Amino acid sequence: MAMLITRRVDFSASHVCSNPQLTESENRALYGAAANPHGHGHNYVLEVTVAGDPDPVTGMVMDLKYLKEVLNREVVEPMDHRMLNREVPPFERVIPTTENLAIEVWRRLLPHLNTRSTRLHSIRLYETEDLFVDYRGSEAG
Amino acid sequence: MRLTRRYKFCASHRLHAAALSDEENRAVYGKCNNPYGHGHDYVLEICVKGPVDAETGRVVNVAVLDQLVNARILRELDHKFLNVEVAEFADVSPTTENLSLMVKNRLLAEWIDTFTDGRPALELVRIQETKRNTIEVGTE
Repeated sequence: MAMLITRRVDFSASHVCSNPQLTESENRALYGAAANPHGHGHNYVLEVTVAGDPDPVTGMVMDLKYLKEVLNREVVEPMDHRMLNREVPPFERVIPTTENLAIEVWRRLLPHLNTRSTRLHSIRLYETEDLFVDYRGSEAG
Repeated sequence: MRLTRRYKFCASHRLHAAALSDEENRAVYGKCNNPYGHGHDYVLEICVKGPVDAETGRVVNVAVLDQLVNARILRELDHKFLNVEVAEFADVSPTTENLSLMVKNRLLAEWIDTFTDGRPALELVRIQETKRNTIEVGTE
């Protein structure tokens, strides 16, 4: 039975949610205030859960220093204090909803956290305290 | 993908089972059986599940979900005495368990008319009565 370990990081970023193929009023209806073309920001909180068995020698599922480095390098450094639509690919063409941001975070983390002894289990991304998404990869739906 | 939205409401209630005697009710529910009622700041989480729409990048139109929850749940529960003012609790003890079922049933009753293409699905209802007590009910 694998054990789950979760590490939390946060980053602050701005974004605009609007679909260029829709009119301004359609975007307003769909995204509300998030469609404001000047952008707005959030303090995102990301929880990353890795599954694995504790190593018999070290007693660790994963070296937490390594996990911290991966999260900082792949997510926090490129996204913290950035305007997602302009500075973080692929959001120049993908709408940076919380859902799409979770998919991108998953894509960036997967090759580093699926190792010989661990796998990326799930991520939870809070846009605000009142809204979050859980993602376990495309196969889990 | 699952998306969870958190709401809050404040309400009072009295836990009392009609099938039990006064003494039995006091034994089962303790302080919660106080005939004058007492209240909580409830935290309600609604979790929905579905594919991310390719055009909108979203699992659910959050504004539509908010509208449904406001109309059918928050407006009818917030700052109310559940036993007296909410029809479901006329004869049913408003435990957090029964409150969770009531919320689930009310949302499911209007779900298809609200989300006409059947997406997303209502995945679970979670109610935190206090920081120490949370009830979670799925829809399967």
